[in-house]
Amino acid sequence: MDWIQLWQIASAPDNVPILIMLALVGFYTCYAFKQAFANDRLAAELEADPVMQKTHHRKRFPFQKGWAERVHVWPYLLKIEFLAAIIVTAILIVWSITLDAPLEEPANPSLTMNPSKAPWYFLGLQEMLVYFDPWIAGVVAPGIIVVGLMVIPYVDVNPLGNGYYTYKQRKFAIWTFLFGFLILWVLLVFIGTFIRGPGWQWFWPGTFWDHHRVVHETNRNLHEIFGISGQPAEGIFGAAVVGGYFALGMAAFHVLFKKFANNAYRAMNIVQLLIVNSLFVMMMGMPVKIIARLAFRIKYVWVTPWFNI
Amino acid sequence: MATEPTSTESKKDPKSNGNGDDQSLGRKIKEGIDLAKNDPREGQIWTSVIRHKLDDSPRNRSLAVLSNVFLHLHPAKINRDAVRYGFTWGMGGISFYLFIVLTLTGVFLMFYYHPTKGQAFRDILYLRHDVPYGNLLRNMHRWAAHAMIITVWLHMLRVFLTGSYKPPREFNWGVGVLLLVFTMLLSFTGYLLPDDQLGFWAVTVGTNMARATPFLGHEGPFGPQMGMTAFNDVRFALLGGSIVDSNALLRAYIWHCIGLPIVLSVFLIVHFWRIRKDGSISGPAPIKLEHDFKDWAPAKA
Repeated sequence: MDWIQLWQIASAPDNVPILIMLALVGFYTCYAFKQAFANDRLAAELEADPVMQKTHHRKRFPFQKGWAERVHVWPYLLKIEFLAAIIVTAILIVWSITLDAPLEEPANPSLTMNPSKAPWYFLGLQEMLVYFDPWIAGVVAPGIIVVGLMVIPYVDVNPLGNGYYTYKQRKFAIWTFLFGFLILWVLLVFIGTFIRGPGWQWFWPGTFWDHHRVVHETNRNLHEIFGISGQPAEGIFGAAVVGGYFALGMAAFHVLFKKFANNAYRAMNIVQLLIVNSLFVMMMGMPVKIIARLAFRIKYVWVTPWFNI
Repeated sequence: MATEPTSTESKKDPKSNGNGDDQSLGRKIKEGIDLAKNDPREGQIWTSVIRHKLDDSPRNRSLAVLSNVFLHLHPAKINRDAVRYGFTWGMGGISFYLFIVLTLTGVFLMFYYHPTKGQAFRDILYLRHDVPYGNLLRNMHRWAAHAMIITVWLHMLRVFLTGSYKPPREFNWGVGVLLLVFTMLLSFTGYLLPDDQLGFWAVTVGTNMARATPFLGHEGPFGPQMGMTAFNDVRFALLGGSIVDSNALLRAYIWHCIGLPIVLSVFLIVHFWRIRKDGSISGPAPIKLEHDFKDWAPAKA
C-alpha cells in the first residue's frame, strides 16, 4: 500500500468536498431509508386495520391532542433558518481558514496536466469518455440526463408516496433513481477522483501513480470479433446490434414492468410507457457498455463513417 | 417604558401656540426633552419602518413575516411537522443561503480581479498574499461553491425520496433540475477565472466535448456535413475562439459574474414562487394507503 499516495489524493483541498459529499450522501440516504421503513411499517399496520385507517392521523410522530396543526413561521421556522445560516457561515469560515483553495502554476497550453481532470462534479461524464465517444459522453448523455430528470413527474403515475418517505410504495422509482444517482453519478465521481491516475489509467486506491506505466489494451470493435469488415457491412452489423439491444431490452423491460410493476403499468398511457422504457434501456446501456469494455475489451459496437458507438 | 404618551399635546400639534403663545427657545428645548422621554417605538421614524406593533400576539407574529419584503415569501403559518429537520434536511434553504454568500464574496472578489490574460493570475496572487482577508475571501467563495453543489444534489435526493415532485409540483421539479444545471455551470465557468493550470485544463477538457456536439461541433456526428469547422462551431461560440485564450477568459467571466447569475436568479424566483403557489412546503404529508386508491391497486382476491 502506498499510503502517501492515497493521503495526497484524499487531502488535496479540492478533493475534500468530494469526501464530504460521499459522507453526506451516504448519511442522508440511510437517514431517508430509516424514515421510509418506519412509514412503511405504519402503512402496513393501517392497511390491516380498517378502524385505524379512519381515525389515525397517519404520521409516525406522536401527535398530542390540543396541539395546533399549524405553527407560526415566526418564530418556529425563521428561528431554524437563521440558526442554519449561522452554522453554515461558521463551518464555511473554519473551512476557509484551514484549507486554501488550490492554485496551480499559471495556465500553460504547452504543458499538459497529467491526469487533467474536469471539475469533480463532472467526473462522472469524464469517466464515461472511456467507454463512449465525446459526442455521447459529453453532449448527448448529459442532455438525456437533464431531460430524463425533468420528465420524471410526468411519467411517475403512482399516487402513493406523495410528500413522505416510503420505500415499499414506490420501489421501482426509488431503485431506478438511486441506481442512476448513486452508481452512475456518485460512484463514477469517486472513481474519477480516487482511482483514475495518469493517462486516465485505473490505479486501485493506495497504489503508486506511476506516470510511466504502460498498459497494453488491445480493444477490438465488435464487428472484428465476428470477422466482418468493409464499410457498408460494418455499419449495418452495428445498427443491427444496437437496434437489437434496444428491441430486446425494451421487450424485456415491457414484460418485467408489466409483471412486477403492474399497478403502474395499468395506469400509464402508451407515451408514458415508451418514455420510461426507452430512458431505462438507455440508462442501462451505460453499464452494459462498461462491462463490454472491461470484460470483453470491446471498443465500438457500431462503426459508421460519421459516428461510432 | 411609557407606552401611553402622557404629555403629547405639543407633539400632536407642534405649531400650536395655545399655551400662551410661548415661542421661546426654552420652551422648544423643554418640548424636545419631553419627546425624548417617549418610547421611540411610538415615534414617526420607527412606525414608518416597522409597520406593526411588537407585542407578542398571533396577529403581530404573522405581520412580522408578511410585512417584511425579505421574509414575505414565507406563509404566516406552516404545518407543524414541516419544521422538523429530519424531513427536509434544510438543503434547499442552505443552497439559497450559499448562493447569497457566493454573490457577496463574488462581488468583493470582482473589485480585485481583471479578466485579462496575465493580469488575472497576478490578481489571484495579490488576493492571496496582499489583500487584507483576500485569501479568506477567495477560499470562502471556492468552498461555498463546492458546498452549494453538494447541497443542491442532496436537495434533489430529498425531493425525490419524499415524492415531492408529484402533483401539483411537477413543474417546479423541472425548474429545480434547470437550477441544478445552472449551479454546475456557474461553478464550471468560475473554474477558469484564476487562469491557472487547473482551470485551464479542466476547461480545455470540458469544452473539447463541445466540438463533438452532433450537428453543431466540427468533430461531432454530421458536424462536417453541416459545414462546421473549428472556427464556426459551438465550441468557438463558447470560447470566443478556437483555443482557450483571452476571449475564453472574458466570456467565462461575463457568464460567471453576470449572465448565469441573472438566468439563475430568474429561475430561482419562479422556483420560490411556485413553492408557495403549489401549496407551500410539501410535507411531511399524512401517508396514503393502497386502500385509498382502489383504481391504482385493486384488492388482491
